[in-house]
Amino acid sequence: MHPAYSVIVFTTFSGAGYGLLVCLALFGMTGGIEAERWLGITGFTLALTMITGGLLSSALHLGHPERAWRALSQWRSSWLSREGVLALATYLPALLLATNWIVFEEIEGAGYLFAMMTIVFSVLTVISTGMIYASLRTIRAWFNPHTVRVYLSFSLWTGALWFNLLAHLFGVHTPWVGVFMVVAGVLALFFKRKYWIFIDTHPVWVPPESALGLEGAGPVRQIAPPNTQENYVQKEMGYRIARKHMYSLRRTAFFGYFLIPWGVALLTIESEPVLRYAGAFVAVFAGMVGALVERWLFFAEAKHTANLYYGAESS
Amino acid sequence: MTMLPPENAGKKLGLVIDLDTCVGCHACAVNCKEWNTGGHSAPLPDDNPFGADASGVWFNRVHTYECGEDGNSRTVHFPRSCLHCENAACVAVCPTGASYKREEDGIVLVNEDICIGCKLCSWACPYGAREYDYDAGVMKKCTLCIDRIYNENLDEEDRVPACVSTCPANARHFGDLGDPNSDVSRLVAERGGVAPMEELGYKPVNRYLPPRPRRAGDDGGPQALQPVSPPDGSAADGLFRWIDRILSR
Repeated sequence: MHPAYSVIVFTTFSGAGYGLLVCLALFGMTGGIEAERWLGITGFTLALTMITGGLLSSALHLGHPERAWRALSQWRSSWLSREGVLALATYLPALLLATNWIVFEEIEGAGYLFAMMTIVFSVLTVISTGMIYASLRTIRAWFNPHTVRVYLSFSLWTGALWFNLLAHLFGVHTPWVGVFMVVAGVLALFFKRKYWIFIDTHPVWVPPESALGLEGAGPVRQIAPPNTQENYVQKEMGYRIARKHMYSLRRTAFFGYFLIPWGVALLTIESEPVLRYAGAFVAVFAGMVGALVERWLFFAEAKHTANLYYGAESS
Repeated sequence: MTMLPPENAGKKLGLVIDLDTCVGCHACAVNCKEWNTGGHSAPLPDDNPFGADASGVWFNRVHTYECGEDGNSRTVHFPRSCLHCENAACVAVCPTGASYKREEDGIVLVNEDICIGCKLCSWACPYGAREYDYDAGVMKKCTLCIDRIYNENLDEEDRVPACVSTCPANARHFGDLGDPNSDVSRLVAERGGVAPMEELGYKPVNRYLPPRPRRAGDDGGPQALQPVSPPDGSAADGLFRWIDRILSR
């Protein structure tokens, strides 16, 4: 599949934004971190900016951005529609929780409800994002249970990296933030490894013979394509990535999204303030770059069944 | 509404394409483009048509394959267009309701006035049947010539999709595949019509008729020519040889 930068940026940044919201809500309501005013102001602003920026980025890649509101109507059948509805719905508890946090500097009473709702809606939104891809039977690399797990764990992990940075900056870091980060990182590593193992061991979905409905009549080989220049389907669905590039990019993604941020953030967690800030910042930067590379690969590695008509050997 | 209509035993209009007789002339694709660039989804973009980098929307494209191996292969031309699936994923994934399947005849259409151009429907189509119009910012697809088949300004015999009306090999048939007694349904039953990628579960309405098996002793190669009437030494035979000599001078 053609890796569209708007969608890659959207899913990565809005994922991190929802992850950060979950961290704020979870730590705020459990007292895992002090509900300090400036942490609240910066944290919620950052999270909602990443989410809103991501939503705008994805709306801009539409053929008709001015009609984007129509995408909220088909939530009964469409995961894309559900994602839009849930993304908008999340603003309400998130803003209420932010107000509660910033005004009272503690989460109790109705605040618990806002925090719970923020967590639930954030998680449901990220699940919907994953399901947009995981529901497409046409793409073997996406139509599997690993896709949603990867989207969820990456959202939590990148959000935790941002949360770790903010906790250091506002001097309210607790060991629980570190524990949470370690676990989220391991989850992201684990689910992405499982994902890559799955797509490497399940490459064949549909053979070209079936695409023509001519199974049993011998192997099918393309002689002449229908058009001399690439058409829309070939450009959109026919993106191919060289195998050697794929593995080097997977390594890059692994270092970026997991090893560097996980290692640096952990090593510097108890060090001097400047080193702590620098470590947490490097961890966020590497984590986001790694997540972008991972998301790019998610598209580039995915093969669509329509390619079978244009000479692909399996899809 | 992008909820699929409830499954019924009603009308399922579609195409039956005979891969045995299709000669791969692309006339169906050309006539489709010709009609539809003035039809329901008009205009179909046609950028730089005579240049080095031509591009545009076509609802119907004809692929050519070699099928089989070891000197026992054959050429198969495969015209590919929307199969108007009963379980149309392109309709279900549409976030706006622009993609819809008509309850009365099963035709899958796009309402271009509310399409936001997110392209998700084209990702959901296993057959690559939908093509994005970059000029209009909306998705386009085969309409089964909805503006011909119900068009009372046309003569009765012309109320078929443009691709069907133009096929010089009579390889394309149009009709109601929901009616087991229709001509197209009988044809499918008789010739063992198939649906491509049936295992994916989209339940296409269109059917393809597989190439007929070769006749016994036919290996697909050229046959030695047999004289129409072998010489038998008769007087008439001598006369014809004499005429042949005269004419060959």
